[in-house]
Amino acid sequence: MIDNKSFHSRVRITIIYIIVILLGLGCLFPLLNIVAISLSGSAAVSANKVGILPVDFTLIAYDKIVSDGQFWRSFMISVIRVFLALLLNLAVTVPMAYAMTKSKKEFRARNIYMNLLIFAMLFNGGMIPTYILVRNLGMLNSIWALVLPGALPIFNVILLMNFFLGIPKSLEEAALIDGASPFQVLLKIMIPCAKPCLATVSLFSIVGSWNDFFSGLIYMQKLEDYPIMTYIQSLNVDIQQLLKSGASSSTLENVTELSNRNLNAAKIVVAVIPLLMIYPILQKYLITGMVMGSVKE
Amino acid sequence: MERIKHKEGGSASRKRAAVKRRSEMSYHFMVFPGLFFLILFSYIPMFGVIMAFQDFVPAKGFFRSEFVGLKHFIYMFQLPDIGKIIRNTVVIALGKMIFGMVIAIAFSILLNEIRIKFMKKTVQTIVYLPHFLSWVVLASVVTNLFGLDGSVNQFIAAIGLDKINFLGNSKVFPGLIIGTDVWKEFGYSSVVYLAAITSIDPGLHEAATMDGASWWKRVWNVTLPGMLPIILLMTAMNLTSILSAGFDQIYNLYSPIVYETGDVLDTYVYRIGLVGRQYSFGAAVGLCRSVVGMVLLLSANAMTKKLTDQKIF
Repeated sequence: MIDNKSFHSRVRITIIYIIVILLGLGCLFPLLNIVAISLSGSAAVSANKVGILPVDFTLIAYDKIVSDGQFWRSFMISVIRVFLALLLNLAVTVPMAYAMTKSKKEFRARNIYMNLLIFAMLFNGGMIPTYILVRNLGMLNSIWALVLPGALPIFNVILLMNFFLGIPKSLEEAALIDGASPFQVLLKIMIPCAKPCLATVSLFSIVGSWNDFFSGLIYMQKLEDYPIMTYIQSLNVDIQQLLKSGASSSTLENVTELSNRNLNAAKIVVAVIPLLMIYPILQKYLITGMVMGSVKE
Repeated sequence: MERIKHKEGGSASRKRAAVKRRSEMSYHFMVFPGLFFLILFSYIPMFGVIMAFQDFVPAKGFFRSEFVGLKHFIYMFQLPDIGKIIRNTVVIALGKMIFGMVIAIAFSILLNEIRIKFMKKTVQTIVYLPHFLSWVVLASVVTNLFGLDGSVNQFIAAIGLDKINFLGNSKVFPGLIIGTDVWKEFGYSSVVYLAAITSIDPGLHEAATMDGASWWKRVWNVTLPGMLPIILLMTAMNLTSILSAGFDQIYNLYSPIVYETGDVLDTYVYRIGLVGRQYSFGAAVGLCRSVVGMVLLLSANAMTKKLTDQKIF
């Protein structure tokens, strides 16, 4: 009887391990495939012979990227944009979140501001009025179009506010009694205590700006101004369509480059490297962020 | 005695009132930068929806463009396309939600059974990764795998079946969209469920085991009921995004051949409104989408409050 039971449970555990391993491999293989393509000879790639290991191993694609001016231009635009957005996000959300932790007694306008924030989460003007606004502000083709419209991520304000509320009130009160101003309390007490949460919102901001291709697509009219993801996206344009629309010699040159699948794969790999570099930190903090954000009491 | 106390209290409270006023000013200052961007990029576009009731011409602006009342809304509901687009949006969003949740919940239950710590960590590291990658990147991954000559079709051909044009056949396209989205997100969304499982009292499992309950029975009668509040909360949260089927993903994978089943509200607004420069019409469709989205969010919030004592916002 007992033997039978433990046999059953052993079978069950084995099956569970197999399923979990298969799911893990299922997530890994498609990503390895693109790495393998980037490292393979173009003949093997065109013949679709590449699986998860490179065929006819070569670094030619990466060699080409090194001297690809537009790729690095777009890469740098994204780097600058990530930093600008991060600084702006923190400068805007942190003080606002702190002010929102005050009770109605301490800060009479608090609820008005809070309701403005909540309503903006519920309802938005939509893609087109925002586009027209950015255009009217004269920000088309400028890096500010990539940064300013997302300057205030409301979700992050709420996340930070909830975290600040969890910091013991006595710390703040002690400082206030000693004559500290609200700004000093924010800088000297709240910010140092909120480091894990600040890390989380910073990472949200970094990943969001790096991965965003849409603002580049609608606000930038020239390839030179594209951030990296919009640039990568533009590589996926239908070649046939380009040819039909009477492409000039320069676009035709682009087309031959576009058809180069292993070069594109290499560009993708390089564009993802910055994220992979921060992935260990990401995993640690974004998961706390996810749990903090969704399991609110 | 009384009087002295009162006097002292008076000056102290005056001082306190002054300090309070000063700190209130500081709070206004702290709110100000955020408020500036909130008004500029959230509230001004809200007033911008006026263009949905105009024949908006950018050169004329909001003040001189002609008002046309509900013309664009009436036109929208007369379009044969709109029913199809709403149906596509809801089908894809619901499919993503249902399969995404079922797989994530199942995965979290299975992962919780893994006792080898190193293996659990490794699997987690791998399955969370796709969540952090952009659809621009993953679209290439998907195209390489599911293209007509991709690895998946080579496998299908190898076992003697007909190749499937995943990206160019409107019958299978929604399945591809749902499947790849589940693939991207199941790992990361399992985080919440895993947290819920670990917070279940182990005593319940022990008691159930003592009573001779099998593993399946324990999953059904202990684990799943213990996760129920989180499952309900996540369902409510996911239901609010039923009108956003995922612009980034679909935009990077679709083509005119699959508009029949793959065109959704966001891609439609983008194509017609921005690329086609029918600003007013696009804004009208966008406005309807925003209004329905808001109603959904409010009802979901009310529902979760009632069911679980938690709230979304």
